[in-house]
Amino acid sequence: MSAMILHWALTAALVMLTLAMACTTVRLIRGPRAQDRVVALDAFYVSGMLLLLVFGIRSGSTLYFEAALVIGLLGFVGTVALAKFLLRGEVIE
Amino acid sequence: MSPDTELPLWAAIVTAALVLLGASLALIGTVGLLRLKTFYERVHAPTLGTTLGIGCILIGSMVYFTVLETRPVLHELLIAFYMTLTTPITLVMLVRAALYRDRYHGRNQVPDSDPPKSTLIDKDRGRD
Repeated sequence: MSAMILHWALTAALVMLTLAMACTTVRLIRGPRAQDRVVALDAFYVSGMLLLLVFGIRSGSTLYFEAALVIGLLGFVGTVALAKFLLRGEVIE
Repeated sequence: MSPDTELPLWAAIVTAALVLLGASLALIGTVGLLRLKTFYERVHAPTLGTTLGIGCILIGSMVYFTVLETRPVLHELLIAFYMTLTTPITLVMLVRAALYRDRYHGRNQVPDSDPPKSTLIDKDRGRD
C-alpha cells in the first residue's frame, strides 16, 4: 500500500518537474532579451535539482543528493557570472 | 528497485504529499515564467519553486530517509540553507543588470527611477 502510494506520487512529481523544465526551455528559446534567458536558465537548473532529489527518493539512495548539491552550487555561480556579464560587459575585470 | 516495502503508511503519505506539493509549486512557478508579460513580472514567478517548492521536497526527502534508515538524516538542510541564501542574491543582481540595460537603451517599461517624494522635499528645503 505505502509502496504504491509512493510510487505513483513520485512518478507524478517527476512528470510535473519535467513539464516545469519544458516551460523554462520554451522561455529560454523564446525569451525576447538576454535577461529573460538568464532567469529561465536559473529556473531550469533549480527544476533539474528538484528532479534529481525526487529521483533519489524514488531509488532509495542518498547518492543523488550530492549531485543535487553540486548543481545548486554551480548554478548559483553561473547565474551570478551571467548577471555580472549583463551588467558590466565582462565577468572578471 | 526501491526498498520502500517496509515503510510505514504515515511516512509514505507524508512524503508523497510533500513531494507532490513541492513539484506542483515548481510547475506553477515556471508556468508563470512562461505566461507573464514583462521581465519585471516574470522574475518573481520562479521563486515560488526555489523557496517553498525546494523546502517541501527537502522536508519530504528528510522524512523519507529518516524513517527508512531509522536515524536522523539531516543533510538536506545544507541545500535548504544554501538556496535560501543564494536565490535573493542572484535575483537582485539580475534585476539590477536588467534595469541598467533597460535604462541604457531608453525603454519605457522601466519602473520609476524618481526617489520618493519625501526625499525630494527634503532636498528642496536644503537648497533654500
